[in-house]
Amino acid sequence: MSAVQVDTMSVHQPQAVYKTSIGKKIIMAITGITFVGFITGHMLGNLQIFLGQDRLNAYAEALQGLGALLWFIRAFLLAFIALHIIFAIILYFENRSSRPIRNVRVHNIESSLASRTKIFSGLLIFFFVTYHLLHFTLIVTNPEYAALKDSLGRHDVYSMMILGFQNYIISGVYILAILSLSFHLSHSVFSLFQTLGLNNAAWVPRLRMISNIFAVLIFIGYVSIPVGILFNLAKLPEGGLL
Amino acid sequence: MNVTLYIWRQKNAHAKGKMEKYEARDLSPNMSFLEMLDVVNEDLITQGVEPIHFDHDCREGICGACSLVINGRPHGKQHATTTCELRMRHFKDGDTIYVEPFRAKAFPIVKDLTVDRGAMDRIMQAGGFVSVNTGGMPDANAIPISKKDSDTAMDAAACIGCGACVAACPNASAMLFVAAKVSHLAYLPQGKVEAKKRVQAIVSQMDKEGFGNCTNHLECEAACPKEISVKFIAKMNREYMRSSVVSK
Ligand code: FES
Repeated sequence: MSAVQVDTMSVHQPQAVYKTSIGKKIIMAITGITFVGFITGHMLGNLQIFLGQDRLNAYAEALQGLGALLWFIRAFLLAFIALHIIFAIILYFENRSSRPIRNVRVHNIESSLASRTKIFSGLLIFFFVTYHLLHFTLIVTNPEYAALKDSLGRHDVYSMMILGFQNYIISGVYILAILSLSFHLSHSVFSLFQTLGLNNAAWVPRLRMISNIFAVLIFIGYVSIPVGILFNLAKLPEGGLL
Repeated sequence: MNVTLYIWRQKNAHAKGKMEKYEARDLSPNMSFLEMLDVVNEDLITQGVEPIHFDHDCREGICGACSLVINGRPHGKQHATTTCELRMRHFKDGDTIYVEPFRAKAFPIVKDLTVDRGAMDRIMQAGGFVSVNTGGMPDANAIPISKKDSDTAMDAAACIGCGACVAACPNASAMLFVAAKVSHLAYLPQGKVEAKKRVQAIVSQMDKEGFGNCTNHLECEAACPKEISVKFIAKMNREYMRSSVVSK
């Protein structure tokens, strides 16, 4: 008798990556890692407000000087934001429908409030980023900022930030937004490493800890800006605004 | 000891279910949770009431047939213990206990606490095996496998396919189960041959069954009676990425 070759696993067409559950996770992770990089860089850049007007405005001008590259980066970030949001919404609805009738009693052990409410913290971040761009980047909400110049004729980003954050409502909204961002991040860093397969048993608790520490550092870093301004650690330039 | 039970009763797959109250009296603390339900059922039968349906088989923690979400936790609060191995001494006299089925869209309720976990069988059929075109029995140790790999494969192979991970997951995802099957075979030379095909086949079957997507809550690992680690989910993600990039 001759053996019959049966290859049972081959009757199968691989799914497009973005359609599979793991593929969707990977898209969330790769876009997410980009935001982690941006959030860190943006924070370090803007903390230069505590080094004085000249330093911050020079940094801002250098960024503007990137020209086409800056626009490329911005377009890239916007596309990633769109992807992150689209897939978050798809995942949210798929995951909701995967258990149509919920248990009367639910006892969570390992998941955190942050991990279970990322769609909502994400939504808050989205609203805030939209406002933040209109406020400081596109200067739509406070058009008077556009005319601010320093003594070297550069756009006076330093004074713009101080004027912005001297407003209690703007600072309050900002702090709440950073709170939801940190909340989101407390699960994100761990999650993206796990999704990308960069994890093992020993690193599960470490990455969760790193994720929390990162979230706290981001919170302190960003919130120090409005708080520093409200406590006069960074003041408007001596000679007043030009 | 006596306990008050709230148990999910549902006539059939299409009926609307609800929690019903039962009193379980004169229990021995050494009874297993399932034996306690047997006692309640004996009582119901003498009263002419339809007994409570629940899944069970080996009653020694090895087959994966028993289920039940007990006070919000699959297999109850005892760590690394199946419902059949859970004892009444883990509860206090006078406790109120909520008993519900393993809920997920992919696990339709058959009756009461019994759910259809056929989705997991279909996942196994899609890729949870190695194809062997039989011949004589191979010699023992003909294929050397490192101790580390064989241990890791065995850790993954400890999965009994009960579905507690699905029941525990806020998203009703089956990732831990599927990851255990993928990893178990991916660490062994016999499984490596079909590793790329397997992960694609098994993931696409998992998605087809309507399980949710993993968002790394880690509830599955906490609920698993066999302590399957979420490191296997990371392993499966690696296997999946490799197969998506390399197979083209
Ligand atoms: S009945 Fe077999 S594991 Fe519980």
